[in-house]
Amino acid sequence: MMDQSLATIIELQSITKVYGTGSAAMPALRGIDLTIRAGEFVAVMGPSGSGKSTCMNILGCLDTPTSGSYLFEGQNVASLSRDQLALVRRHYLGFIFQGFNLLNRTSALENVELPLIYRGIPVAERHRRARAALASVGLADRERHTPGELSGGQQQRVAIARAIVTDPTVLLADEPTGNLDTARSREVMELLTAFNRDRGLTVIMVTHEPDMAAYAKRQIHFRDGLIDDADDTVIPGRSA
Amino acid sequence: MLWETVILAFREIRRNVMRSSLTILGIVIGVAAVITLVTLGRGATAQVAAEIASLGSNMLQIRPGQGFRGPGGASGAAKPFKEKDVTAIAQQIAGIAAVAPLTMRNGQVIAGNVNWSTNITGSTTEYLFVRSWSLAAGRSFTDSELRAGKSVCILGATVKKELFGDQDPLGARVRVSGITCRVIGLFAAKGQSSGGNDQDDFLLMPLQTLQRRIVGNDDISAIFVSARDGVSTAKVREDIEQLLRERRRIGANQADDFFVRDMQEIMSTLTGTTRILTALLGAVAAVSLLVGGIGIMNIMLVSVTERTREIGIRLAIGALEKDVLLQFLVESVVLSSFGGLFGIAFGLGAAALGARAMDMPFIFSPGIVAVAFLFSGGVGVVFGFFPARKAARLDPIDALRHE
Ligand SMILES: Nc1ncnc2c1ncn2[C@@H]1O[C@H](COP(=O)(O)OP(=O)(O)O)[C@@H](O)[C@H]1O
Ligand SMILES: [Mg+2]
Repeated sequence: MMDQSLATIIELQSITKVYGTGSAAMPALRGIDLTIRAGEFVAVMGPSGSGKSTCMNILGCLDTPTSGSYLFEGQNVASLSRDQLALVRRHYLGFIFQGFNLLNRTSALENVELPLIYRGIPVAERHRRARAALASVGLADRERHTPGELSGGQQQRVAIARAIVTDPTVLLADEPTGNLDTARSREVMELLTAFNRDRGLTVIMVTHEPDMAAYAKRQIHFRDGLIDDADDTVIPGRSA
Repeated sequence: MLWETVILAFREIRRNVMRSSLTILGIVIGVAAVITLVTLGRGATAQVAAEIASLGSNMLQIRPGQGFRGPGGASGAAKPFKEKDVTAIAQQIAGIAAVAPLTMRNGQVIAGNVNWSTNITGSTTEYLFVRSWSLAAGRSFTDSELRAGKSVCILGATVKKELFGDQDPLGARVRVSGITCRVIGLFAAKGQSSGGNDQDDFLLMPLQTLQRRIVGNDDISAIFVSARDGVSTAKVREDIEQLLRERRRIGANQADDFFVRDMQEIMSTLTGTTRILTALLGAVAAVSLLVGGIGIMNIMLVSVTERTREIGIRLAIGALEKDVLLQFLVESVVLSSFGGLFGIAFGLGAAALGARAMDMPFIFSPGIVAVAFLFSGGVGVVFGFFPARKAARLDPIDALRHE
């Protein structure tokens, strides 16, 4: 079973999210309880429309729940203001998206530096850390390339470098391999696994490919806005 | 952080050079127009002011008639002044530095076999003071020459040049409208007036000489009065008007048959006109900056829409509302300031060319340049604010999903 001694980072309690109001009200999450501990690698699975992305947005402090409490490192962030949420993202979270979401016509290095700029880190250190991050995803020789000059797999690796350059507490990835072929997907998963293993980075990843989910130590399944408790499996072989 | 934002703004602007240039065109034209007109306006004012100063700035001109524009304006129709009027003004009006009576005539001046048609002015030594004439050579009239109406004359620079070329005319004899005069002095040149009149094309002789020996009466066609420094010319003018009304027996409800022209009044009318002109220019500037500002707002809104996904990325990564707001605000301020800079450059260039073409002084005024620059920057703030706020308030999730 899960190592109970590890510190709890995230605790969702009875989280609901309703889109729209009145007769158009549409519950996307209907009472989610979820605990994530430091160093976990969680795969979130489930059919399309089951609320995975909605839940990830709330976990990522990009959105707030309709009700319920969200404790991030013991602090309730469910009702923070926009700017307060932005500060949580800035200092504790890293994101990887299905569509890469890099800045166009901007070099790989500058893309990776972006979160450091908002953290107010001086130029020299910024360059150093961004270069190190790019090197850690195997793109040391692609610093000057813009997204348009990189393949999909390379773009997603730049995005990973950008997500981990700030040493976040949690890395959130919504279908990071959704736009990649199997070989490229495996490269991405190897990287995430390595960061999780070597740096103790907590990773929460949405995927609907069992092959990719298999890289995770724990899988949770969404169905109709609820987590299927029975399916919350920890793969024994990969458990820490 | 601010520095990064400025660099980012420059890069964004450079990415779309064509679009950026067209966007700032309104501001460029507005600022250029204002800078050109203000600079040329100052030049024109300075030129006219210098000219009035050369006439004698404390000077009042008194002539018979009803002014240049009034009914029966021809000064010849009204009763001319006499010697006694001049004495009365000199004795009874307070605050006067000098009074110069004068009579003018056009006539031929002949030296040897050279012939020149010019303006023959008869007056006193006071005339030199009142009109601020100085002598380049020779002397002015003596009291006895004035009293006796001696045949002596002082030549304007143009008359001297036409008749004598480089030769020294002092002591030479010239024929002036049929009488023989000895040249006793030479005026220093004043040059052309802005109206294109050659101020140096005249000859001065004692008033008595002109009256008795050429005109044949004792009429005085104008009296020039110089007020003492610090004395209100308006007051002097009033006093003179009252005195002359009495002397010329003009009833309370009768119009004056003479008029007094106050150079200082003309000067203040001129500055008043300049002020109105400046206000008008201000309105032109305001309208063009408004139009330019709307252009910038329009493009910034387009830019925000085009870059929605970028904004989403920045927000997701941890940019605060104010970071995004600042980014777009700086961009629009940089854009509009560029418009201001180009406008200033074009405006000064056009003014320099215009001043040369119109033979006017080019007067660079740092004040108006600074104001124009600050205003163009201000336009960026005002019109960039709404698009910037729109960007800052985007929902990160929606923005990331934007195609
Ligand atoms: N912004 C939104 N407005 C209204 N409904 C939404 C919105 N986002 C998601 N939904 C709805 O919420 C449900 C869950 O969506 P989502 O979390 O994206 O599912 P998943 O990522 O598991 O495919 C879906 O029925 C979807 O249509
Ligand atoms: Mg989804």
